[in-house]
Amino acid sequence: MSDSKIITNAPAPEGFQGEGFFAGKLSDVVGMARANSLWPLPFATSCCGIEFMATMASHYDVARFGSERMSFSPRQADMLLVMGTIAKKMAPILRQVYEQMAEPRWVISVGACACSGGIFDTYSVLQGIDKIIPVDVYVPGCPPRPEQILDGIMRLQDLVRSESVRRRSSPEYTELLASYNIK
Amino acid sequence: MSDLLLPPELRYADIIEKRKNGDGSELSILNLGPTHPATHGIFQNILLMDGERIVEGEGTVGYIHRAFEKIAENRPFYQITPLTDRMNYCSSPINNMGWWMTLEKALNIEVPKRAQYLRVIVMELARIADHIICNSVLGVDTGALTGFLYVFQYREKIYEIYEEICGARLTTNMGRIGGFERDWSPLAFEKLNTLLEEFPPIWQEFENLLARNRIFMDRTIDVGPISAEKAISYGFTGPNLRAAGVDYDIRVMQPYSSYEDFEFDIPVGKSGDTYDRFCVRNAEVWESLKIIKQALAKLPEGPYHADVPDYYLPPKDEVYHNMEALIYHFKIVMGEVPVPVTEVYHPVEGGNGELGFYLVTDGSRTPYRLHFRRPCFIYYQAFNEMVKGQMLSDAIATLSSLNVIAGELDA
Amino acid sequence: MALETTTIQSSLNDHFESAVSDFQQIHDILTFEVDADQIAKVMTFLRDDATLRFNFLTDLCGMHFPDADPSRQFSVVYHMHNWVDNVRIRIKCFLPAENPTIDTVSTIFLSANWQERETYDFFGIIFKGHPQLKRILNMDEMVSFPMRKEFPLEDGGRTDKDDRFFGRTTDNC
Repeated sequence: MSDSKIITNAPAPEGFQGEGFFAGKLSDVVGMARANSLWPLPFATSCCGIEFMATMASHYDVARFGSERMSFSPRQADMLLVMGTIAKKMAPILRQVYEQMAEPRWVISVGACACSGGIFDTYSVLQGIDKIIPVDVYVPGCPPRPEQILDGIMRLQDLVRSESVRRRSSPEYTELLASYNIK
Repeated sequence: MSDLLLPPELRYADIIEKRKNGDGSELSILNLGPTHPATHGIFQNILLMDGERIVEGEGTVGYIHRAFEKIAENRPFYQITPLTDRMNYCSSPINNMGWWMTLEKALNIEVPKRAQYLRVIVMELARIADHIICNSVLGVDTGALTGFLYVFQYREKIYEIYEEICGARLTTNMGRIGGFERDWSPLAFEKLNTLLEEFPPIWQEFENLLARNRIFMDRTIDVGPISAEKAISYGFTGPNLRAAGVDYDIRVMQPYSSYEDFEFDIPVGKSGDTYDRFCVRNAEVWESLKIIKQALAKLPEGPYHADVPDYYLPPKDEVYHNMEALIYHFKIVMGEVPVPVTEVYHPVEGGNGELGFYLVTDGSRTPYRLHFRRPCFIYYQAFNEMVKGQMLSDAIATLSSLNVIAGELDA
Repeated sequence: MALETTTIQSSLNDHFESAVSDFQQIHDILTFEVDADQIAKVMTFLRDDATLRFNFLTDLCGMHFPDADPSRQFSVVYHMHNWVDNVRIRIKCFLPAENPTIDTVSTIFLSANWQERETYDFFGIIFKGHPQLKRILNMDEMVSFPMRKEFPLEDGGRTDKDDRFFGRTTDNC
């Protein structure tokens, strides 16, 4: 079909290899470990949630990207997948869930409604979750195909792999959280 | 921040103060909160518990209120169809077809037989898709993940058929006033025939996994029962009502779109508990497969849409080459078409029951009032009564079996 | 033997004289108007009478007519269904703009409970005798009634949409 190869083992990060040792950067190794074991919190509210169920099922299988265990408890999850419309009534709850997550945490906003309010420009719908929480990856679509959701997760994996281990205590990050009033 | 999550009057606090059990133990409040792995969508239930047993409950909904009825007052008819998709999004073709049929009733348009049969086929496919989700997720909520993985593969096949017909997987926006936008391609019929061959053994396997499974039966028999009189008073329709023993089905009571040409049974349960709802939905999938086979066998040749140039969007290649078609396309999408002043109520049998569209027009481009009679909203009221006196895990199983879809609940 | 609309009409006229009026057949549903203070009695009669037997309340919704006479600006529309003879009817009750109040029918049909809460939430119509009349779909703190015609669809405080690009001025929206 296409000329893509099937990758059976992740490429090793840069480093020096020898008999029984591998020397590389700590951030590369940590990034590789984090990127390949992202446990999602599926915050599914509406139609995009059904496409996520299709992504989770055997045909599109998100488990092969490391998301084997869906964590419904925010304390045990790495990435928050917000799928579906967030109404203003739901916004405080989303915020609470985000605040409960432990660092490092990432947010993917799946679907047009989560990214920007979607087709619902009404008094009761929050026009995008980035009004209340910081978002790392936006996946547009109404609903996005499972391949698009997987693409979003892969873009997030690139972000995670290349993230510095000091990012969470850096002044830029603190400023970002402060702009959302998140302690 | 946390006060926003509890209802304004904390009446349970008073009850806990006053009521204590004989041995001095107190009741407690459990917040089966909006985000919960086993609720299909976001709705909250505050439960007053005596240990593991539920004494009373109160439901809060509206966490995904998207103001569909208000939006519909500002949109011409063709622009309302994407909204109807997103109500019961597990079976969106049924919502779409219901909306087209409401408009055809209001505009007095007669739909040709071929289009009616094709509509029946796609609505029954949607019903199968909806019941697949409900029953497999009922399995997941009681701990049986295998069934979900087996049958979801066939939802993908149904999505492929939708894609051949209209281009979209989930929120289909399928059809036009008077029929379909294009005749179904031979590939769609091929995929449909393959599905009709391959799906029945898989569904039989799914049934075998759960229907006589000792653990599943223990978890679902006598869980969340409701009597027929109570169900009628609470406004139940659809599989939940049929599980309570009442054979009310709009496809038989008020046939629309040539349902009277097909022979099918209405499966009915006895006690209205979770097991009956599961079995009724299983049986309905078999009946839907029967209807699709009959419709395919008897499918007449003919036009796939009514000849109403004022309301039917012209074919796209004509729009790009023909001035008249372009003008009609623009007028119809913007709603500048003759609209009679009337009011119409048209129900269809949705995946969850009687989905009704109450349309009031005043001659202008947009409806004056469009009200959706949403079955999920109406029967979810009875949930707290159904779980009184049951254990917490039974409440989860009941909620799962009711097939409450949040998009339809809140609209 | 089918239940004719003439039977329904004459039966209602006999029992309620002037409280029911304006019988029309719109498409396939007999529609009529009932005075707001009689609705509970009319509905109980429709449900319990041996010939009429309207055992199911299909739908309950509200409507707002800002351009109508001030005594008829709100209406509550009930759809009922007789399952034995397969007949549907539509009942309309008009309410005044000042303090629109009507009796609840949730004691007659339990399904009216949340539907009346939804109508209150959207239009502000008070249902006397309702066990728990508070907002259901919108946020509890909301003070206005969003489905009334004067209430705008979009959120007034949105920052990311510039009305100039949508051709909106203060005159036309």
